[in-house]
Amino acid sequence: MIEFGRKKKKNRGQLPKAFALLTDELCQECHSEIKRNSLIRNFQVCPECGFHMPMHPYDRISTLVDKDSFIEFSQDLTSQNPIKLNGYEEKLDQARGKAGLNDAVVTGIGTIEGHRAVLGVMSFQFLGGSMGSVVGEKITRAILRGAKDSTPVILITSSGGARMQEGIFSLMQMAKTSNAAALLSGLSIALFIVLTHPTTGGVTASFAMLGDVIIAEPKALIGFAGPRVIEGTLKKKLPKEFQRSEFQQEKGFVDMIVPRERLKKTLSFLLKTHQVEYGIMRK
Amino acid sequence: MDELSIENKIEEIRVLAKKENIDISRELDGLKSKYTSKTDDTWDKVQLARRIDRPNTLDYISLICDDFVELHGDRHFGDDPAIIGGIGIIEDKPITFIGHQRGHNMKENIARNYGWAYPEGYRKALRLAKQAEKFNRPVVTFIDTAGAYPGIHSEERGIGEAIAVNLKEFSVLKSPIICFIIGEGGSGGALAIGVGDKFYMLENSIYSVISPEGFASILLRDAERAKEAAEILKVSAQNVKDFGIIHGIIPEAPGGAHINPKFSANEIKHTIIKDLKILMTKTPEQLVRYRSKKIREISHVNENNAQDLFGIFSKVFNRSSS
Repeated sequence: MIEFGRKKKKNRGQLPKAFALLTDELCQECHSEIKRNSLIRNFQVCPECGFHMPMHPYDRISTLVDKDSFIEFSQDLTSQNPIKLNGYEEKLDQARGKAGLNDAVVTGIGTIEGHRAVLGVMSFQFLGGSMGSVVGEKITRAILRGAKDSTPVILITSSGGARMQEGIFSLMQMAKTSNAAALLSGLSIALFIVLTHPTTGGVTASFAMLGDVIIAEPKALIGFAGPRVIEGTLKKKLPKEFQRSEFQQEKGFVDMIVPRERLKKTLSFLLKTHQVEYGIMRK
Repeated sequence: MDELSIENKIEEIRVLAKKENIDISRELDGLKSKYTSKTDDTWDKVQLARRIDRPNTLDYISLICDDFVELHGDRHFGDDPAIIGGIGIIEDKPITFIGHQRGHNMKENIARNYGWAYPEGYRKALRLAKQAEKFNRPVVTFIDTAGAYPGIHSEERGIGEAIAVNLKEFSVLKSPIICFIIGEGGSGGALAIGVGDKFYMLENSIYSVISPEGFASILLRDAERAKEAAEILKVSAQNVKDFGIIHGIIPEAPGGAHINPKFSANEIKHTIIKDLKILMTKTPEQLVRYRSKKIREISHVNENNAQDLFGIFSKVFNRSSS
């Protein structure tokens, strides 16, 4: 049994400085220029059109957890190029430099307004947030840690799907993470999912749709097949609202749409109402 | 062109050549052996896996079962003809069969949507698996799809959710599950009925996270390089077996399963009988623990301290039995 975070205990809660990698940016949706300061003030939401821009996992975590409470798990886990694809290692190196992470997810444990939670936050910056062996393994470990410690698990997704550079191994991560979710569910420990822009493919078709409560950020693209794939099959343009959070809520796949500024309060409410000791007594 | 007409053509040419006194018998023999012998070429296997005359799920069911009754519908939305299911009998024992269904001609394929299933197909599969669990029947699945259907209605009805729930529920189903990829094992749509205790691929079937064409157009930036992509992705049964992801390869007749469907059907039948003899003696807890452990172990990372699942299993099972 490995003790997660033991190595890191010395610098408990030391998150990298929030928003350190952030620069002035153009909004992906309305293309207006947003200054760095304004991005930080608004949780990286475009002040013009309200679009929720992709967020670095450390920035996200620092906006959610109580100060100095976060301990990261399996930070050093790296992929091993399972199908020996030419150029994959270089691609990973580039992605590491760009995202400042070893792979596309950060996992750990912390408290949100005093409530303990296991947290997993994906990074779209790292090879499109794709799920290969490392992402699958870290998500699985995080869920099982929740199962072991009777602690609710919160997973914040943004991903283009399975990482095809890892071939069939990436497909297997869908089964692995879903199996972990099944075990957690068997213990009546809550799994909360926050879908952010964009969440598609193998992540949508596995743990991202298995939350007891599924939250989405406004206007996030959420689907299985990407819109370009569907447009390719149908040979016609899709409406803009298709596969957005509001569409998914209307179709019954999302419990609620929560703007970023209210996410911490919402998660805190859910953690409070799903504490194990609050449940009805069972024989 | 099917084998028979190629065969006839070759014989025609042979006769013609003899008449003209040209000796091309060596070339003709070479040609003949090309479609009646084993192939090691990945792209040949991709082609074989996709043949329209390749035996499909209902073909195998009728070849291996003494009796079979098909059951329809997901009880929520409708019945998806791209996935079929029902109860079959082998050696007097009932087994729930579930599989993607493709057609052998254009008309059948349009009716079956080429084996591209909608959410209701996957939900029907889950309903039948749960039914099997309730009545202590084992489940056998046949996988043969290019993928789940990528379309507007499929998305509206939650194809992602349907696959996700299947992965979750099949991974802890209390009945034995044996899976066979009989043709194409395409991505999430294949995996959604492909989580089980035993997993086999037919010799000329393929299993991949993305189609070789898709991989070629995205990563090689040229859809024409699918052949190369198939090699890179390592989609053949032998590749996947070398990765330790499947338990075995089911042999096909020389030239492919379509030459002699009975041959591979027999192999499948014997595998089912042999495996069930062992699996039916296991308790649900043993089954789920072994299945989860197997799924849990598939990864390629720099440190492999798979957590001890035992504590979690005993927690789960003590709870559900109390």
